[in-house]
Formats: sequence, C-alpha cells, structure tokens
Amino acid sequence: MKKIINDPETVVRDALRGMQAAHSDLLTVHLDPAVVVRADAPVRGKVAIISGGGAGHEPLHGGFVGRGMLDAACPGAVFTSPTPDQVLAAVERTDGGAGALLIVKNYTGDVLNFETAGELAESEVRSVVIDDDVAVKDSLYTAGRRGVGGTVLLEKIVGAAADRGDDLAACEALARRVVGSVRSMGLALTSCTVPHVGSPSFELADDEMEVGIGIHGEPGRRRVPVGSATEMVAELLDPILEDLPFAAGDRVLLFTNSMGGTPLIELYLAHGIAEQLLADRGITVERRLVGPYITSLEMQGMSLTLLRLDDEMISLWDAPVHTPALRWGV
Amino acid sequence: MGCTAADVVAALRAAAAVVQEHRDELVRLDQAIGDADHGENLRRGFTALLSRLDAEEPASPGKALKLVATTLISTVGGAAGPLYGTAFLRASAAVGDAAELDGEAVARALQAALEGVVARGKAVVGDKTMVDALTPAVTAAASAEGSVAGVLSAAADAAAEGAESTVPMVARKGRASYLGERSAGHLDPGARSTALLLRAFADAAAGA
Repeated sequence: MKKIINDPETVVRDALRGMQAAHSDLLTVHLDPAVVVRADAPVRGKVAIISGGGAGHEPLHGGFVGRGMLDAACPGAVFTSPTPDQVLAAVERTDGGAGALLIVKNYTGDVLNFETAGELAESEVRSVVIDDDVAVKDSLYTAGRRGVGGTVLLEKIVGAAADRGDDLAACEALARRVVGSVRSMGLALTSCTVPHVGSPSFELADDEMEVGIGIHGEPGRRRVPVGSATEMVAELLDPILEDLPFAAGDRVLLFTNSMGGTPLIELYLAHGIAEQLLADRGITVERRLVGPYITSLEMQGMSLTLLRLDDEMISLWDAPVHTPALRWGV
Repeated sequence: MGCTAADVVAALRAAAAVVQEHRDELVRLDQAIGDADHGENLRRGFTALLSRLDAEEPASPGKALKLVATTLISTVGGAAGPLYGTAFLRASAAVGDAAELDGEAVARALQAALEGVVARGKAVVGDKTMVDALTPAVTAAASAEGSVAGVLSAAADAAAEGAESTVPMVARKGRASYLGERSAGHLDPGARSTALLLRAFADAAAGA
C-alpha cells in the first residue's frame, strides 16, 4: 500500500486538520467528536441541513459544508458510518431554532446511527434516507438500495431551500421529492485500498470492470470485460433510464462523477457521450455537474446520476452556494 | 456464587483482549462479504472501553454493562456500534441495580440483549447476522440451570454453532446482502464476533 498518510489510525483526523487549515473561512472542524460545521453556525431561524457518513468519499460530505448547502457534516472512520454522538453534536452546534434535517445514505450502519441520534436529540429533527443506486435490484432480500451520487444533488438543492428560508416540513418534503426523482449507477475499473486494511478491497483483472459498484467497493450487478467508453456509458445509463423511468421530454440534471482515480479527461469524454445518448432519446440536459464529488478513495471508475428536474429544483440548483467543493453565485 | 461488578469488569477486559487478538480475522471475514471494517471498529470500541474502565469503577454489574453500551455506541460506528450498544444497554436494564448476578439473571440479560438487537436491526434467524449466533445462545442459556459460568458456557457453545451455521446462508441484511448468492460460503463476521465475546465471558466466569 502506497498512500500519503502517516498512520492509518489517525488518517481521518489528520485530513480534517488539513481541511480546517485550507478552509477556515468557510468551516470549523471539531475533533471530539468529529464534526465539520459551517463557520457562521448556528444560523438563526434557518433549518440546519446535516449529513455524514464514512470518510473516503471526499469531497462528500465535509466539502459541501457552507452557505447554501450543509450546516454540518459528520465524518466516520474510512467507509464506516459516524456515531450518534457526532450527529448529536452536529445538531447542537447548528440548530438555529428551526430544527434540523438529517440526510442519510441508505446503508445499515448509517441508518442505525442516525436513527439513534434522532431519538436522543432534543431539537426537532427529521431525517430523509437517500437510496438512488439502481444497481441493487432485489430490495426485499437486501438492505435496500444504496445512497450514492444523488446525495450530492440532494444536499445542494435542499441546502438552497433552507438558505432561502423554507421551514423543516418544507425542506423534508422537497428532499423526498428529490429522492423520488434521482437515480444513479457506477462502475469500477480498479479496486480501492482502505488504509487500515492495507490491501485492495476486491480483485479485478486488468481486462475486467465491475458494473454496478457501490462507493465502498461493494460488488455490483456483474463483472464484464472492459468495453469502449460508449459501451461503459450505455451500461450505466440504460438501467438508470429504465428504472424511474425517464422519458422523452424530461428535463434532467446529468451528474458525471469520478470514483476518485479516473482523471477529468476520461470523465469529460464519458460525459460527452452521455449527453449525446440522452439527446438521442429526446431527454433535455438542463444542468450538469462533472467531477470527483462522491468518491471511493483512489478507485478508478465513474458513476452517472440523473435527476428529473422541475422549475423549482432548477432555481434551487442555480442558487448561490459557497463551500470548499461547490461554489457559484457568490 | 454470584457475579459482581468486579467480575463483570474482569470479563470485559478479557473480551477486549480477545477482540484485539481476533481483529485481523474479523477484518478478513468482513473483507470477503462486507466492507472490511468490523474487526477494526470493534477493536477501536473495546480499546476505548479499556480506558473508560481504567478511569472509573462501575458500582454494579448493570452500571458496567451500561458503560459498555455508551462506549460502543459512541466509538464503534458502522452497524455494529448501535447493535452491540443496544444489546448491552438492554442487558444493563434487565439486570437493574443488583449487586450480584446469578445464572438466571445472566440468561435474562442475554434474552434482553437479543430483543434489543432484533428491535434495532430487524434481522431474523437465517439472515446471516449476529442474530444467528445470539438466538441459539439465548435458548441454551435459558435451559442451562445453575451457575453463571454454566449458563455462559452453554451460551458460548450454542453461539459458536450458530455462527458456523451462517456459512452456507445467503445474506439478507447489512452490506453482505448486496452480494446475494455470492455471500454464501462465508462466515458472517458479526455472528463470529458475538460467539467470540460470549466465549470470552464464559472463560472469564469459569476462571473467576
């Protein structure tokens, strides 16, 4: 294992210290328990939007803390959900009197820890679970669909709603509408190596790819020979389109995401193909996001996320955001 | 002979040593069908527990179990944190303020722990989880009359068998469930850690 780390035991803390140094104008990092909080929290009268999850998906979630997105993020150990006391600390530090909305990715550990925190919190807390990964099909016999790329879009749109003054019930309702309109799928060309494990999470031959990969290296639908970029994009896009389903005339946000190790040159190449395939089907791409925003350490691979937009979602997407990883309109 | 707060603390220290010793094994089991963090998460939790036990002396068995619960909930993360935390919290409530526990109280605590795990995790026997180890342990404990050591030993034997029974199962809960049929043929790490903990408690009770 070759990584720029001092000690697998302290990798998350050490990274958080660096994050504080880099972005002290936007956020404050607390280490015990670990919570990344927007610098001007709590914002009086505003619903606090809080998320969190295992580290290793950066910039998710800490990189989205700031005006117009998250009030706080709770980073767990690498690929491990945060603990209830982290979530409680986040609520206490950010609740400006209007309550808090927890955005939880659908993994057993995340749901259990956030649920426990919600039961212990003294503030008014609601939570919304995001489960946009179409790769997991058989929901009755699994822990259900995973929360993946749609989380980034959800945090941006609901963050903007809270910023304009929507109350807790409105933020929650909007969040559920976004969850109902967003679908994702990813693929991996290489595995990632978790620092405290030291060896790759799974084996993948040089000429193979895993289609339907999760963001922790969970297996996908199938393992197939590596094809052309066009074939890869179609492998992801077709199941996404069939699932919602998306139809001709839909207006969408297309989010082309790197799993961490895939460079932008390949990502833009893939994004261009996806735009063309959508145009061929009569689907209008109204907004887009391209880059590494929800990653799986150094894994090579990509995911596509499609969100069916309405006018309100478009205006919330366009609203000002000022965070380490997303910034416009300010 | 009953089991005092000091006996519970000794058993917890023994359990922490067992977790440390089996950390890599649990990581490997979890790497095969999960996300490779179970051994490390439990090690972190039980290491934190050791420092809490160094700092304070629980006044009763129930208080000691509650200390385990709060420590694991705040340090483990993953699914194991809330599940083990809930198990110890319910066990603590079941034994109340008693200064000493007999075999029957221990069996009752195990029953309460199982109920807590099922309430929180919603798993049933056959889902390939810690419930597959804990359920037979509770049954065995209930029918094993006698000393704390006898009850725990019966529970530990049953838990070991229950853990082994997860090997052919297809996971229906937790991250292993994403593997579907590919999860068969692997020992469930949560069931394994449950069996390890009960064996550590039983050995500590037998030596006390």
